[in-house]
Amino acid sequence: MSATDKTSIASEAPAPRVEARAATNTILLCAGGACISSGEESCLQALRATLEKYALQDVVKVVETGCMGMCDAGPLMILYPEGVFYQKLKPSDMEQIVSEHLLKGRIVESKLFVDPSTKVKITSAYDDHPFFTKQVKIATRNMGVIDPMSIEEYIARDGYFALRKVLQEMTPEQVIDTLKKSGLRGRGGAGFPTGLKWELTRKVPGKEKFVLCNADEGDPGAFMDRSILEGDPHSVLEAMAIAGYAVGAQKGYVYIRAEYPLAIERLTEGIKQAKEYGLFGENIMGSGFSFDLEIRMGAGAFVCGEETALIESVEGKRGQPRVKPPFPAQKGVWNKPTLNNNVETYANIPPIILNGPEWFTRIGTEKSKGTKVFCLAGKIKNTGLVEVPIGITLREVVYDIGGGIPNNKSFKAVQTGGPSGGCIPAEHLDMPIDYETLKTIGTMMGSGGMVFMDEDTCMVDVAKFFLQFSVDESCGKCTPCREGNRVMYEILERITNGEGEEGDIERLETLGQSIIDSSLCGLGQTSPQPVLSTIRFFRDEYEAHIREKRCPAKVCRSLIRYHIDESKCVGCTACARVCPVAAISGSLRKPHRIDPEICTRCGSCIEVCRFGAISKITPI
Amino acid sequence: MAKVKSLEELMKIKEKSLKDLQMRDTEKKGKIVVAMGTCGIAAGAKDTLQAIVRELADNKVDDMSVVQSGCMGLCEVEPTVEVHMEGQAPIIYGHVTPEQARRIVQQHILSGKVVSDLMVKKGEI
Amino acid sequence: MVVDQTLEKVREIIEAVEKEQSLEEGDILLNCLHRVQDVYQNFVPSEAAELVAERLKVPLSKVYEVLTFYTMFSTKLRGKYVIRVCNSLPCHVTGGSQIIDALFKELKVGFGGTTEDGLFTLEKTGCLGLCGVGPVIMINDEFYGNLTVDRVAEILADYRARGEAGV
Ligand SMILES: Cc1cc2nc3c(=O)[nH]c(=O)nc-3n(C[C@H](O)[C@H](O)[C@H](O)COP(=O)(O)O)c2cc1C
Ligand code: SF4
Ligand code: SF4
Ligand code: FES
Ligand code: FES
Ligand code: FES
Repeated sequence: MSATDKTSIASEAPAPRVEARAATNTILLCAGGACISSGEESCLQALRATLEKYALQDVVKVVETGCMGMCDAGPLMILYPEGVFYQKLKPSDMEQIVSEHLLKGRIVESKLFVDPSTKVKITSAYDDHPFFTKQVKIATRNMGVIDPMSIEEYIARDGYFALRKVLQEMTPEQVIDTLKKSGLRGRGGAGFPTGLKWELTRKVPGKEKFVLCNADEGDPGAFMDRSILEGDPHSVLEAMAIAGYAVGAQKGYVYIRAEYPLAIERLTEGIKQAKEYGLFGENIMGSGFSFDLEIRMGAGAFVCGEETALIESVEGKRGQPRVKPPFPAQKGVWNKPTLNNNVETYANIPPIILNGPEWFTRIGTEKSKGTKVFCLAGKIKNTGLVEVPIGITLREVVYDIGGGIPNNKSFKAVQTGGPSGGCIPAEHLDMPIDYETLKTIGTMMGSGGMVFMDEDTCMVDVAKFFLQFSVDESCGKCTPCREGNRVMYEILERITNGEGEEGDIERLETLGQSIIDSSLCGLGQTSPQPVLSTIRFFRDEYEAHIREKRCPAKVCRSLIRYHIDESKCVGCTACARVCPVAAISGSLRKPHRIDPEICTRCGSCIEVCRFGAISKITPI
Repeated sequence: MAKVKSLEELMKIKEKSLKDLQMRDTEKKGKIVVAMGTCGIAAGAKDTLQAIVRELADNKVDDMSVVQSGCMGLCEVEPTVEVHMEGQAPIIYGHVTPEQARRIVQQHILSGKVVSDLMVKKGEI
Repeated sequence: MVVDQTLEKVREIIEAVEKEQSLEEGDILLNCLHRVQDVYQNFVPSEAAELVAERLKVPLSKVYEVLTFYTMFSTKLRGKYVIRVCNSLPCHVTGGSQIIDALFKELKVGFGGTTEDGLFTLEKTGCLGLCGVGPVIMINDEFYGNLTVDRVAEILADYRARGEAGV
C-alpha cells in the first residue's frame, strides 16, 4: 500500500469518539492544523507501518480527529479503551507505543501528556466527563475556576497583566495590529473582524469616544455572555479598558439586559474592585490613561441587542434601530465615535495580548481563528456551555461533547443562530462549524446558541416558535418586519392547525424573501430564516401538514389524537386519574377510552401508562 | 487599597492569591466551591450551599473554606460543587441536592472518601 | 401621606442614581425607572413618571415612550410578584408548554393577567438565558429552572405563604 492510500483510508474512518471508545483498541491521532504542522502525518505513517509489522492493523483502529485543543503538546494521541494521552510524538516513538502499550499493556511514561497548568502527567482522559475533553478554553478560561467576586483570583490567573502590558509597553497601533493579526472576529453574530473595527474607530477624529459592551444577549438558546459575566466579569472589564486605550476612548458602557441581575451585581462589584486597585479610573498604573465605565440596563426588548438600537437605549430612548451608515464607529452614543463589541469577543482579548496573535491563529480554521463558545440546549444529553476550536464538526459537538440525544432518540436537526439562523439536518453532521460554511447552507453562526431537536420535534412548530419570537420582538418601525412576520406567523398557525392550503409554502417563501429584502435592521433581515431553512430541509413535513393534515412528529395538537389500544389496556385506571380534564372513561380492569372532544392533548396519560397502551395518532 | 503601578506589584498579588487558589500553603485543609451562576441557582444551588455550610458547622469542621464561583458550563448536572482537598486533585460533583451535599461532607470531607456516584470530573476544569 | 412619602423616596432614588452614575445627560433614564418601579409594586405610576421627567429634564412624553416600549416596565399596577415564563424554543422543546398550562391552571389568569388576590401577574418572556436548565420561570428577581408541573405548584405555594407573611 502506498502512503497516499493509507491517508485516504484514515480520512474515511468514522470520526465519532463515542463509537471509538466502544471498540477494543482505538488510537485517536490529532490531525488538527497544529498537530499536522508538527508532524502528525509522518507519525501516522510510522504508526500504520508498526501496526502492520506486529500484524495489528486489523484489530487496532486508527482514527484521525480534529484539534484536541492542546496544540502546544502536539502531535497528540489518545489510546482507548484506557484513554491514555501521549504527547509530542515522533515517528520513532511508535515502535515503543505499539510494543509496550498495545502488546504488553505498559504505559509509556516518557510520552505521557503533562498538564501545562498543574505539571501533572495525565494517565487517563477516561475519568473525565467527555464533555470537557474537547474544549479549548480561552474566553471561558476562568469560568468556574475563580471566585468572580475576587479581583485577586482574577489576577492570580494573569488578569490585568494584558492591560499592564498594553499601557506600559504598547502603542495603540500595536494593540490594534495584534488584534488584526490574531484574526479575531466578532462573536456577537456578524463575525466582523475585531481589529479592523478598532482601527476604524480609532481613525475617526474626535476627542471624545465611547466603548460599548453588548451584553443584551437575547437569542433563544444563547447564554454564554451571561455565564462569562457571572463567572469572570473582570475579563470583559479588562478588555474594555484595553479597547479604550486602543481606540482613544475614556468612557465606556456595558449595556446589559435587566433579566441578568446576578451578572449586573458581579460587574458592579468588579468595577468597584478594579477602581480600588487603580486598574480603572484616573491615570491607570501611572500611564496617564484614564478610563471610566458604567452599566446601563435594558428593560426587556430583544431588538436593543442590535447595536444602533442599543445606542438609542443607552441614551435613554426607545430602542429602535437607526439607519446605517453612519456606523457606530462614526456616530454612536451621543453621535460620538463608538466601538461596540460583544461580551465573548472582549473575553478573548486579554489572552491574545499576552500570548501573542500567532498563538491564537493556530487554533481554528483558515478564515475563522480561535474558539467559539456554544450553548447546547434542547434535546441533548449534556446541556451546557462549551468552548471549542472553530471548525470542529457538528458530529463532535453532538456526540462527543453533547453526549448524544437523550432517551435513545435520533438526532433530527440543530438550530444555530437562533431566530436569525436556520437548522442543520443530520445529513450535514460532518460539516465543520465556522462562519462561512454555515452560511452556505442557509444558517449562521450567530451568537452560538445551538438548539437540538430529536425525532419528536416538529419542524413546522419550531419555525412557528422562532417566528413568534420575531413578531413579539419587532420594534415596529418597518412595515415588512412588523406586518410581514405577523402574516407569516398566521400562515404557520393555519398549517399547524390543519388548515393549511396548497400554495402556503410558496407564499411563505416569497413573503419571507421580501421581508429580508426590505427591513431596516438585522432582526427583520433575518427573521424569516428559520422558516425558509426548515422549508429547505423539511419541505415534506410542511407538505404532510398541509396535504394530509398529518404532523409526522406528532406534536401539533390539532393534528393528533390520543388513543388507547384496547388489546393492551389492562384497565389499571392510572391514565384516568392523571387526566386533568376527565377525558378518559372506563371501569377498573376494563379497557379505557379517550374522548377526543374533551382531550386537550396534554400528554400526561401517555407518561403514566405502564403498558404502552396509549399512543398518538396522526392524522386524526 | 494601594494602587497597582507596576508589573512587580501585579506579580505580588498574583503569587499570593495563586497559593490560595491552588490550595497550597494555606491554613485550611481544603475548600468547597459551589457554582453560583444564575443557572446553578435556578437549579437549587442556594439550598445546596446552605446545606453544606450547616453540615460543616454541625460537625464542627472549621478548616474548610466554602467559596462560590461562576458555573463551569455543564448545566445538565447543576447544581455542581467542587471539593478541593490540599494536595489532591479537585473533584467535581454534579446533581448536588441538599441531601447529597450532606453526604459529600460526611463521606469526602470527614472520611476522605470520594463520593464516586456523584463525580463528574476529576482534576482541573 | 403615603403617596408623598413614596414620592419622596423617588426623589431620593433619582438623586442617588445621578450621583452614582452619569456619564452624559439622559443616559440614566432606564436605570432610574427600574428603581422607581421597584419602589412601587412593579409599576410606575403617573405621579412618579412626572417627577422623573421633571428631575431628569426630559419631556414627559419621552418618559412614556420609554415606559411603553420596554416590556419590563408597566404603567399599570401589577401583582406583588411578577412571574415571567420563558416562551422560547429551547424551553418549549424541554416541556415548557406543560409549565405554561400549569401556570394558567394554578393562577387562573392568562398572560398579562393578575390574580384576584393581587399576588401574581403572569407574563411571557423571551429566552432568559437559562436554557440549560429549562423550562424556566423568573419571579421578580429570582429564577427557577428544571421545572416540572409539581415543582411549579410548590413554588407558588411558597410565594403565597410569603405573601401572607407580608415579606
Ligand atoms: C436583532 C439583533 C439582536 C442582536 N443581539 C445581540 C446581542 O444580544 N449581543 C450581541 O453581542 N450582539 C447582538 N447583535 C449584533 C450586534 O448588532 C453587533 O453586531 C455586535 O454586538 C457587534 O459585536 P462583535 O463585533 O463583537 O460581534 C444583534 C443584532 C441584531 C440585528
Ligand atoms: S427590521 Fe423590524 S426590528 Fe428592525 S427596525 Fe425594522 S421593524 Fe424594527
Ligand atoms: S392527553 Fe391529557 S387530556 Fe388527553 S386524555 Fe391524556 S391526560 Fe387526558
Ligand atoms: S491539539 Fe492537535 S491541532 Fe490542536
Ligand atoms: S450556563 Fe452555567 S451551568 Fe449552565
Ligand atoms: S429558552 Fe427558556 S431560558 Fe432560554
